[in-house]
Amino acid sequence: MEVTVIRAGMLTTVQDLGRRGWRAAGVPLSGAMDPFALRIANLLVGNPEDAAVLECTLVGPELVFSTDTVVAIGGAAFAAAPSWQPFPVAAGVPLKLGPTLTGSRGYIAIAGGLRIPPVLGSRSTYLRAGLGGFAGRALRDGDVVPAYGQPRRFAEHWRIDPRILPAYSRSPTVRIVSGAQADEFGGRLAKVEYRILAQSDRMGVRLGGPRLVRIGGADELVSSAVAPGTIQVPPDGQPIVLMADAQTIGGYPQAANVVSVDLPLVAQTRPGDRMRFEEIPLTEAQQLLLDRERVIGMLREGLKQKLT
Amino acid sequence: MTLSALGDSAVVAVLGTDIDEAVLARVRALTAALETDRPAGILDVVPAYASVTVFYDPLRLEGEGGRPYERVCRLLTERARNLDAVAKKKFTSPARTVEIPVSYGGEFGPDLELLARHCGIDPAEVIKRHQGADYRVHAIGFAPGFCYLGGLPKPLHMPRRATPRPTVPAGSVGIGGAQTGVYPLSTPGGWQLIGRTPLALFQPGEAEPARLRVGDRVKFKSISSEEFGLWK
Repeated sequence: MEVTVIRAGMLTTVQDLGRRGWRAAGVPLSGAMDPFALRIANLLVGNPEDAAVLECTLVGPELVFSTDTVVAIGGAAFAAAPSWQPFPVAAGVPLKLGPTLTGSRGYIAIAGGLRIPPVLGSRSTYLRAGLGGFAGRALRDGDVVPAYGQPRRFAEHWRIDPRILPAYSRSPTVRIVSGAQADEFGGRLAKVEYRILAQSDRMGVRLGGPRLVRIGGADELVSSAVAPGTIQVPPDGQPIVLMADAQTIGGYPQAANVVSVDLPLVAQTRPGDRMRFEEIPLTEAQQLLLDRERVIGMLREGLKQKLT
Repeated sequence: MTLSALGDSAVVAVLGTDIDEAVLARVRALTAALETDRPAGILDVVPAYASVTVFYDPLRLEGEGGRPYERVCRLLTERARNLDAVAKKKFTSPARTVEIPVSYGGEFGPDLELLARHCGIDPAEVIKRHQGADYRVHAIGFAPGFCYLGGLPKPLHMPRRATPRPTVPAGSVGIGGAQTGVYPLSTPGGWQLIGRTPLALFQPGEAEPARLRVGDRVKFKSISSEEFGLWK
């Protein structure tokens, strides 16, 4: 089976849950900016949670499938297709998504998944180094992406419980745990509102707001590991939330880290949106992670009766 | 050693504040201690300059024996036992020496003349001093397989470009501030480019994709552009 890209949209790439285990070699995680949405979209078409899907950004693609198939879209919502629900698409009939209604990044999962050779254990695209995914690059008009066409039937008239979804918003409150140089910023990160800047990309979401000044510790820091969620503060005092394609080490002061379960909230903001931070204890962040896994586990079980 | 959380899935062990050989030996010793018999749930061990960061899966470390963060901290403390002695005894000398052939100047090193002027020496002297020095890999990052090398002679220091190049060809050898290194893949980059190596430093198909590891000793060796062309 093949997926023909009629219009690629703004930035559409092949992604999965990322390249794990290669940080020591300088290889970033990559993978979905919103891993929750990718996992759920895959589950909704009966795929393994880490199957390769298309991640699109702000403007979705127009796609044509060579055989009848089943598709599910998670994350950003589009006028032309249902969200968080499998739906059939007939061979040759274009699926034209257009601009997102809400959110920033949509995950288009196709029953069977995309047929992309893994590089270092992942099918995700690392754009900056041209690694993995579809020829190491974003999709272009006219590309033909191979897929494993898996026939799938699903029961009608059901929806996933919207309460399991992250609290996506245009002005989310994002939970953080304290970072290495947090004391030097005196907890001021959590006191102000930030604006999402247009320069945000898969490496980092850039925030604009009152200048965050470091008190003491004026020395240059020795670079150490960073991760998706690390909030770096460069000398201009405008924080950057590192995301999926962030480099593996960094030398800017680290004010905090976004907790894993709230990374989807950051991933789905758009330029101009607002963001606030709220600090929580580390034990609570890890409990939230366990709770989310339990919910995804329940959905996985529940879907077994609905998909064949 | 001081331990702190890097988000809800990693712990940073800081082993010093300076970039020097003694700290590097401690970093290598702790990395080796964590890599041998790596416990389940430990996903990545990342050495960089003066720290070692352990990435873990909190879901796999939940349960008996305390909260995941405490368990990883305890693991680090156990594995760091006798760290100074082990570092001094086994990790002071470099693990390996890797020679990197470089064709300096010309189309491969578009900033060589500029750097020579900035440093007040002629290009031939830049090449002589760059390949004459002894370098150590202190960290890998920025891009897959990109090594930050310590040991660049002071007269060759030069700030990076005000505006980074959108694409630096793979193999380019550059200078950025007090550091030198090789761009293993074609990426954007802001370092001053003085040459290029035909040696592949990052090969995703290999069992160990990055040719260099933290702690390795690096020597550069000048080759002609003809030799560059013949390199296999």
